Amino acid sequence: MEYLIHILIMIFIYSILSVSLNLVSGYAGLISMAHSAFYGIGAYISAIMAFKYQSPFLINFVSAVSLCSLFGALVGIPSLRIRDDYFVIATVAFQIIIFNILNNWVSLTNGPMGISVIQMPIIFGVKLSSHLEFLILIGTLSACIYWISYRVVCSPFGRVLKAIREDEVFALAAGKNIAIFKVLIFVISSGMAGAAGVMYSYYISFIDPTSFTVMESIFIITIVIIGGAGKLFGSVAGAIILVLIPEILRFIGIPSTIEANIRQIIYGGMLVAFIIWRPKGLFGDYIFYS
Amino acid sequence: MNSYLMSIVLEIQGVVKNFNGLKALDDFSCSVQYGEILGLIGPNGAGKTTLFNIISGFLDPDFGTILFKGKDIINMSTHQIVNIGISRTFQNLRLIYQISALENVLLSFKRQPGEQLRNVFFNWKHSLKQEKENREEASLLINEVGLANKLNDPTESLSYGQQKLLSLVCCFAAKSELVLLDEPVAGIAPEMTEKILKIIQKLPTQGTTVIMIEHNIDAIMQVCDRIIFMDAGTKVSEGAPEAVKNDPRVIHAYID
Repeated sequence: MEYLIHILIMIFIYSILSVSLNLVSGYAGLISMAHSAFYGIGAYISAIMAFKYQSPFLINFVSAVSLCSLFGALVGIPSLRIRDDYFVIATVAFQIIIFNILNNWVSLTNGPMGISVIQMPIIFGVKLSSHLEFLILIGTLSACIYWISYRVVCSPFGRVLKAIREDEVFALAAGKNIAIFKVLIFVISSGMAGAAGVMYSYYISFIDPTSFTVMESIFIITIVIIGGAGKLFGSVAGAIILVLIPEILRFIGIPSTIEANIRQIIYGGMLVAFIIWRPKGLFGDYIFYS
Repeated sequence: MNSYLMSIVLEIQGVVKNFNGLKALDDFSCSVQYGEILGLIGPNGAGKTTLFNIISGFLDPDFGTILFKGKDIINMSTHQIVNIGISRTFQNLRLIYQISALENVLLSFKRQPGEQLRNVFFNWKHSLKQEKENREEASLLINEVGLANKLNDPTESLSYGQQKLLSLVCCFAAKSELVLLDEPVAGIAPEMTEKILKIIQKLPTQGTTVIMIEHNIDAIMQVCDRIIFMDAGTKVSEGAPEAVKNDPRVIHAYID
């Protein structure tokens, strides 16, 4: 039972990450390689606050999400002048900078040794005492985030995002201030990634910089591509599939010494296969760079 | 201000644009009056589309001013220019092909409350109501041009002529006072051409001024009140359609 709960929690965390990345990459067409940086910033902010100041969960959550949104604006605004491949490179650069800060600013982040958060969230005086209760919390949070994302993409705001993705010149000629749309969706998406980070740090109760590398960003974008860019439930489906693959490997008896390598080969192979034979992913309606 | 100045909607003064030493526009000036249909003709490379790109803010001129209703628009960005009342179409069609014809038109409405992020969460009843009205109006506009049965079809499934028609509807949905049409009837069947020209002819009665670029000289003669003939970035001849058509300089330029 604990095992099942663990898998469900991981699926929820990756659903939040992939749905929020889908807003930026699938709907607005900006491929961001910095998503795990925001995820990491959220995780570290809440961990540092909980560890050093013993501040309550809700305050940590709100500060982490707002600071991540702020970082989103800081990256989003200068990135607007660049497009396509250059945007990808700029976000990779940001991702690497954040990883190095987490890894080297030892006095703040404890560097490679990581930070332990031995504390379960307390919400309005209710202390979550089991993983099952944590599952209910993150399930509710994921539902809220999915609902917010759904409202955004189904609104006229979301329609403009799709227009920007397909043809910026058309969007400009229709009188849309595309810079504002891009920054706003980047800010929302970063905030959501920060929320996922907070949940991760509380759940795993130990974080270190290796969880927030470029590889992690690539993993999240793989979920978006396999699930389908431009469809929210595609990202949820992608998260379920990609989180379950290593568990299936374990069940069929692959020895743990080579399991990690096989998992990486499968992820890489799936990404390549989808891009060649099914670039829209399982449910998507947008092909990157088409 | 005398009545002549009052009636001017767009004033272009001494616009110069160079592309790496190639003069696309060379000290070009003209003025456009309220409610007229002005035709721009001239050989390829005369600078007609460059002029459109400068008016609509996609390009900045090297020199010169452009006044729209007395207001300098040179330093405005494209979306600001659209929002004060200048819309355009493109020579190579620009539409969002993955979404329906209706949604393309919906994108073109200005100042939609639903496009502001805060209205996605707050005050959404207001934006929902506006969205419903926009949908009705957009379907009406599409019905008017006879594309009613294509309303919810993906735009990529429309024929070239229908797409051209749709791009005009998008341009008109913005309800701009000035529309810039870049070759609205190029490359489409004669009956569709007639249909589009009829729509363009009706625009001044709805308070819209039109500048159109067109190579189809019959179409230009049919709808335009006034014609400017351009060559090598300058104005060669200007006046009533018949006069410009018979201007020896125009004939000379086309024969060359």
